[in-house]
Amino acid sequence: MENTMTQSAVPNRLSGNWRHYLLRWETFLLLVAALVFLFNSFASPYFLDPWNLSDATFNFTEKAIIALPMAMLIICREIDLSVASIIALASVSMGLAAEAGMGTGSLVAIAIAVGVACGLFNGLVVTGFGIPSIVVTIGTMSLYRGITYVILGDGAFTDYPSEFAYFGQGYVYWVFSFEFVLFLGLALVFYVLLHHTNFGRRTYAIGNNPTAALYSGIKVNKHKLILFVLVGALSGLASVLLTSRLGSTRPSIAFAWELNIVTMVVLGGVSILGGAGSILGVVIAVFLMGLVTFGLGLLNVPGIVMSIIIGAMLISVISIPVLLGRWRAMRERQS
Amino acid sequence: MMSAILKNRERFLALVIVVLVLAVGFITPDFLSFTSLVGTFNDTSILMILAMGQMLVILTRCIDLSVAANVALTGMAVGMINAAFPGVPIPLLMLFALVMGAVLGAINGFFVWIVGVPAIVVTLGTMSIYRGSVFLLSDGAWVNAHQMSESFIDLPRQVVLGLPMMSWIAIAIVALLFFASRHWRSGRDFFTAGGDPTAAFYTGVNVGKVQFKAFVVSGTLAGLCGYLWVSRFAVAYVDVANGFELQVVAACVIGGISIMGGIGTVIGCALGALFLGVINNALPVIGVSPFWQMAISGAVIIIAVIANSSAERREGRIILRSAVTARGAQKVEAA
Amino acid sequence: MITNSAVLSLRDVSKVFPGVKALDNVKLDLYPGEVTALVGENGAGKSTLVKTLTGIYQPDGGELYWKGEPVDISDPEVALQLGITAIHQETVLFGELSVTENIFAGNYLTRGPLRRLDWPAMHQRSREILADIDAPLDPKAQLKGLSIGQKHMVAIARALSVDAQVVILDEPTAALSHHEIEELYGIVERLKKSGKAILFISHKFDEIFTIADRYVVYRDGNFVGEGLISNVNEAELVEMMVARSVSETFPKQTVSIGEPVMTVSNLNHPTEFADINFEVRAGEILGFYGLVGSGRTEIMQALYGLSKAATGDVRIDGKTTQIRSPADAIADGLVYVPEERQQQGAILDLPIFQNISLPQLSKLNPKGVLNEQREYELARAYGERLKVKTSSWDQKVANLSGGNQQKVVIGKWLATQPKVIILDEPTKGIDIGSKAAVHRFMSELVEDGLAVIMVSSELPEVLGMADRIMVMHEGLMVREFSREDATAEAVVAAATGGLAA
Repeated sequence: MENTMTQSAVPNRLSGNWRHYLLRWETFLLLVAALVFLFNSFASPYFLDPWNLSDATFNFTEKAIIALPMAMLIICREIDLSVASIIALASVSMGLAAEAGMGTGSLVAIAIAVGVACGLFNGLVVTGFGIPSIVVTIGTMSLYRGITYVILGDGAFTDYPSEFAYFGQGYVYWVFSFEFVLFLGLALVFYVLLHHTNFGRRTYAIGNNPTAALYSGIKVNKHKLILFVLVGALSGLASVLLTSRLGSTRPSIAFAWELNIVTMVVLGGVSILGGAGSILGVVIAVFLMGLVTFGLGLLNVPGIVMSIIIGAMLISVISIPVLLGRWRAMRERQS
Repeated sequence: MMSAILKNRERFLALVIVVLVLAVGFITPDFLSFTSLVGTFNDTSILMILAMGQMLVILTRCIDLSVAANVALTGMAVGMINAAFPGVPIPLLMLFALVMGAVLGAINGFFVWIVGVPAIVVTLGTMSIYRGSVFLLSDGAWVNAHQMSESFIDLPRQVVLGLPMMSWIAIAIVALLFFASRHWRSGRDFFTAGGDPTAAFYTGVNVGKVQFKAFVVSGTLAGLCGYLWVSRFAVAYVDVANGFELQVVAACVIGGISIMGGIGTVIGCALGALFLGVINNALPVIGVSPFWQMAISGAVIIIAVIANSSAERREGRIILRSAVTARGAQKVEAA
Repeated sequence: MITNSAVLSLRDVSKVFPGVKALDNVKLDLYPGEVTALVGENGAGKSTLVKTLTGIYQPDGGELYWKGEPVDISDPEVALQLGITAIHQETVLFGELSVTENIFAGNYLTRGPLRRLDWPAMHQRSREILADIDAPLDPKAQLKGLSIGQKHMVAIARALSVDAQVVILDEPTAALSHHEIEELYGIVERLKKSGKAILFISHKFDEIFTIADRYVVYRDGNFVGEGLISNVNEAELVEMMVARSVSETFPKQTVSIGEPVMTVSNLNHPTEFADINFEVRAGEILGFYGLVGSGRTEIMQALYGLSKAATGDVRIDGKTTQIRSPADAIADGLVYVPEERQQQGAILDLPIFQNISLPQLSKLNPKGVLNEQREYELARAYGERLKVKTSSWDQKVANLSGGNQQKVVIGKWLATQPKVIILDEPTKGIDIGSKAAVHRFMSELVEDGLAVIMVSSELPEVLGMADRIMVMHEGLMVREFSREDATAEAVVAAATGGLAA
């Protein structure tokens, strides 16, 4: 009797639980970001100037563009540490092509093609041999960057076509740079891809349990391969933006960016063990990191000290929830 | 015969190294002189020592990306102490370097063991924290040769029985680890904890504690290398050993240490380091630009992990009686 | 209250996991020189008890007494020092290490002031122990090269290497052949004579009546009864175990059996199985019986496209199919409900409706954009049909009980409307109520004309549900029984390598 009652009454979802939304990581991030914003606006009179804010976005948009596919890759239990090296290799390829007199359109195509090729190689080694992506991409990080050194030595490419500068220096409207608008557009695309498509659903399924996902008929290796290619392609795109903004290519371009990008993703609430995370969280984390960096810049804190703060943020955002959870469990046991 | 050599990583590497040395000697006979060979070995010492620590970490299914930053930070600390107080005896300074390195390693180990953060995240974070701390400590300044005491610079260079002290230190450390890995329980624990953490727990091995120990050893050896590096190159600055962690991981992977944990030998790892050392020293000798170094170590990492993965491929359960008898002959050498 | 002679006693011990009370105020006494059989169905709490005794789990309540004194077995090392040793159900050993090291890991023999490991002594000792149990393995051989039975002998040798006072055998015969089981009985006799207390866990009654002196029965984590084995008979034990009579356990219904749906011929694998030929018909339940590690699961995984090395010819509905991945298998109408529900079956952190829709996302959302409404409809249809108990369809599967998780997994596969469904150990580790539901459901499936392949290690289940029984031994199909010919004795004899009459 009771059984049939509950059966017929099972709802699709339980009615909205406000605590559920309030306790989300994204809410917390948003709060912190707001506090940093407030602090910055008090700390410096230059902070609230729209052009200053617009300039500040250049510090993170290229990284943020890679953080979007990286979030999906990490949700899928893989990682790509070679992204900064892909930027370098793509940039060098563009430099070579520009030297050969190719036009802007070809340069962009070449950068993205190089990114795709690098991502494909990463993905093929990872899925083809079943090797953890951490090691593979540590290897290719060294390989791709090494090739740029072989090509460039201690030289540089500086000879880019003048219209090429638009990608990294142009504005779409008022203070909104091309880079920034592109990032917002891509964030929307990735939001839909991860949260509203079959592909996104499969990403979560694989990240939660690759074996069960395989048994459920998901082509796990192919799926991962696509994600690696996606990360590579957007690294190529980021290379276009960065090269265009700097107007030059040196082999050390984007050095150690992989750390920043992984930190953005993890800070955004993506589980480094896979299976959980959202694009919204990553986008908020991107802005939070941008605000912190900008604020520290206003206080004249040097770049390398920033890396201490980023490193500490990376460790603490993962540790704090763990420790909080343990503390909560301990309290529950006592009560 | 040939297949036996190919299957055994140590023998195969030894063979490759001999062939490599002879081939380079064929082009440039000077390379085969005693002084040159000793020089090559001596140049590899630091890599070999760091690879020993990294090996233990990788055996327990972790990775330590902070070793190079640890080298830079302890190196800067001892360099500055020596510059400020030239009277402090060198053995005391070395002890300081060991303890400081151990503490930095223990910080990694703490987060991995007690908090349960994945090693890759912890050490990616501490890598940039330690590196940034070098800047904080030195304010970006260099400690140069003329600021260092004579005994500080001389110790690794003292020649005993035809070999510099630094080479002897490396040999002693390899010998100690070789002995411990076969004949002490604490050495075997790295293999059981990494080989199968569940089984290890069932046999009374505390896996987290073993991982902690591995990080402490890795840190201690990095501290020692901090002193060795700074005194050998007679200079300390922020970017000391930048990116060297990749070489260290590469040495381990080439030496047959499985990134999945539990598999590998001390001799294999030492030979892996030696292999990279020979390549690094041979490149300039045969007139190849040193810019190739990075690309080559990247390529070698990838080739080595692919080779490792096919050697370790799980064969599933062996059920058929014919298959059991066919495979009965395989033996383990380590024990 | 504590009996003077008991070496190890448990009083009111409880262990709680999220959502399950695995042990609820249980008691246990182990006496020197006696074999105590712990009897209970899957999910009775037997394995949890073993893990509590060996320091792997910490009890949430109750006391343990060692020779009358309260003890706290805080980790596996403490258990080892007290003299408690166990042969665990899943062999927990190190594949990369030698036989000797597997026997001595954590308890190495050392010599000298430096506590140097004494390898020659350990090799010698393991050679002796292995000879003693009639398992002449090379102590220096690498473990991963051994067969599953040989690995089990290493696990037994490991337990014997310790000078233990309490020896726990957790379903030790599940993977052993007839000959090896006889050998094990001999070992148990010798252990008894040397005054060791033995806890013997099994649900095979012939074994219990052969070697046990006492029995203890648990049901759903509760203590039910204990006594001398001479004062009890099988029917009484069963009744204590399941609290109902056996006859009503299996809701087998007669269904008219149709045409062959799947035909497998010449299926081979280099190391796991050889020469597999069988067919399964519409409306038929084909049982695969065999010891743990006899190759049943490997065959099913090969059919499901998970094994690259397997070769053979598979026809579904008369058409030869090339199954290279689970995706191919599902497209051809073959689905596989795996044995390890939590590792292979369900995606625990995803909600129920997303689990059920997962294999057919492309069919539900041909344009690639999710339509949750359709997913919910599908989940509701199959969830209600299988009577999944949940508060809503967007509950995480992790929040459901084991039986309900299994229902979600089965529902996920039924929703793809397969022709052939493989159920690998479908009732492993679920409570009795859900078990009966799964059996009833199997009957419904064949009534609908599905072909069902059921892999099971539980003889009553196989005898009770299957229309035909294929028996596997060491990767080979040794015998086929029709429902009428199958007797417990004959099936077990064939599966343990005894004379196939």
